[in-house]
Amino acid sequence: MTSLPATTDKKLGLVIDLDTCVGCQACVTNCKEWNTGGLMAPLTDLKSYGAEADGVWFNRVHTYEVTGHEACGASASRTMHFPRSCLHCETPECVTVCPTGASYKRTTDGIVLVNEDLCIGCKLCSWACPYGAREFDVFEGVMKKCTLCVDRIYNENLAEEDRVPACVLTCPTSARHFGDLGDPNSDVSKLVASRGGVDLMPELGYKPTNKYLPPRARKDSAAARPTPELKPITADGFLGWVDKLLSR
Amino acid sequence: MNPALSVIFFTTASGAGYGMLVTLGLYAAVGRLPNDLWFALTAMVVSLGLITAGLLSSTFHLGHPERAWRAFSQWRTSWLSREGIMAIATYVPALLFGLAWAFPTYVPLPQSLLGILSAVFALGTIYTTAMIYRSLKPIHQWHNKHVVPSYLMLGVMTGAMLVLALTTLFGERTAFLTPVCGILFAAGLTVKWLYWSFIDTSAGASTPTSAVGLSGPNVKVTSVEWPHTEANYVLKEMGFQVARKHAARLRHVAIWAGFLLPAVALEASILLPAMAPLLLMPATVLMAIGIIAERWLFFAQAKHTVTLYYGSSSA
Repeated sequence: MTSLPATTDKKLGLVIDLDTCVGCQACVTNCKEWNTGGLMAPLTDLKSYGAEADGVWFNRVHTYEVTGHEACGASASRTMHFPRSCLHCETPECVTVCPTGASYKRTTDGIVLVNEDLCIGCKLCSWACPYGAREFDVFEGVMKKCTLCVDRIYNENLAEEDRVPACVLTCPTSARHFGDLGDPNSDVSKLVASRGGVDLMPELGYKPTNKYLPPRARKDSAAARPTPELKPITADGFLGWVDKLLSR
Repeated sequence: MNPALSVIFFTTASGAGYGMLVTLGLYAAVGRLPNDLWFALTAMVVSLGLITAGLLSSTFHLGHPERAWRAFSQWRTSWLSREGIMAIATYVPALLFGLAWAFPTYVPLPQSLLGILSAVFALGTIYTTAMIYRSLKPIHQWHNKHVVPSYLMLGVMTGAMLVLALTTLFGERTAFLTPVCGILFAAGLTVKWLYWSFIDTSAGASTPTSAVGLSGPNVKVTSVEWPHTEANYVLKEMGFQVARKHAARLRHVAIWAGFLLPAVALEASILLPAMAPLLLMPATVLMAIGIIAERWLFFAQAKHTVTLYYGSSSA
């Protein structure tokens, strides 16, 4: 049913730290690896090795140059890597526009999913998502999207520490965090509160569950820490004799 | 947004077909419908033919057309679902109306009542189509108050012009419909003009900085690297780019072919009644070309907020 639940028991989602993300694409790769065998499998690739390689991905990392932000410090600009995926919104209009009931938001944990057996592939949900999170699988004729690794986080066949989304598990800089954003005492909620986590495009009113932590203000800039001068090298003995000979 | 031919054909063709139903239905309501079997059959076949062809073409862009029936289930929230239901429901009064009009002796049903019902359902269907676009917040050029009046106006205008062209072909009286068409062309151009000036002078609330969650008076975000080297689904579907001069030229085509030249032909047909069929048939074809150009622009000039992530400065 495409009517949205008034409330959800939990608000599972991600917190992404734009300060520490180094744009290594590890989350992108592990997402693809897990999900091409997971609930939404396959994440079809077309012309994988050709000139027009195309395929379905749930996570894409952009790179931006930011100017005029406190994160730049004394420098003119700062590079910011930006992972973009489904935000599992509280009012996801990708769900309400669905004519068949294939798209739905779970009452238990707030995860937004697609039932591929009901999807007619009209693509309207991808138009309704401001964030470009949904990608159509041309080969299968259905819409696909991030599942928040619903097949990992409750998976009792995995070790408990592995029951997190693939992107979170693999991040080498711990820029990605997973938890219940509906619980103010959860680690992720505390992180959002302490770092001033924000919504993307809040003006559209989709109320994203995922939060982004803006890059931190840079206090000790490169200009404020001058490099110490190199000390002159003096050599004696045999090396001193060679140095003298070559300096002649 | 990618201007898919199937959707352009669907919205223009079925819009004209529903517009014909509105015209014929209201014609019946005021008791001016000509009692001519062949005119009745031709008008109904053209109207329902355009509607049906449009609806079928709209299923071509589906990934799973065989599951299209499922789209009738989510009318509580989805305008697309409501459109599907309205489109199918309209066949009931429309077919009864056509039968009562063409075969009054065999189907003695009240023509005027069925005409009004057909007109109401037809307008309702165009309204639901327009609301599919109107309700999409990420697309500023669609999520505005000018979209619904444009769709309703252009549907009725193109439908009325088709009915007028058919009446002249069958030698029926046109004294009543010709000035109505003139008014509709003026009204159609006005709503479209208001829409174009709106999209030319406004932009959506979202910006490259709000898209990545940054804020501050001097903050500027510039895309330096995309996540992928080749175009992906998101860019193909929602990142359609159209050159400005291309759009300006097509807008001229839409204005002249879609509104002004047909209106001139209309005027000439009043002055030269004998020439009416020769004037109005090509004028109708011209109008179709103009409205297709208008609809192509409606999609091509629509900018989705996802383009903000790919270096677009506004959406």
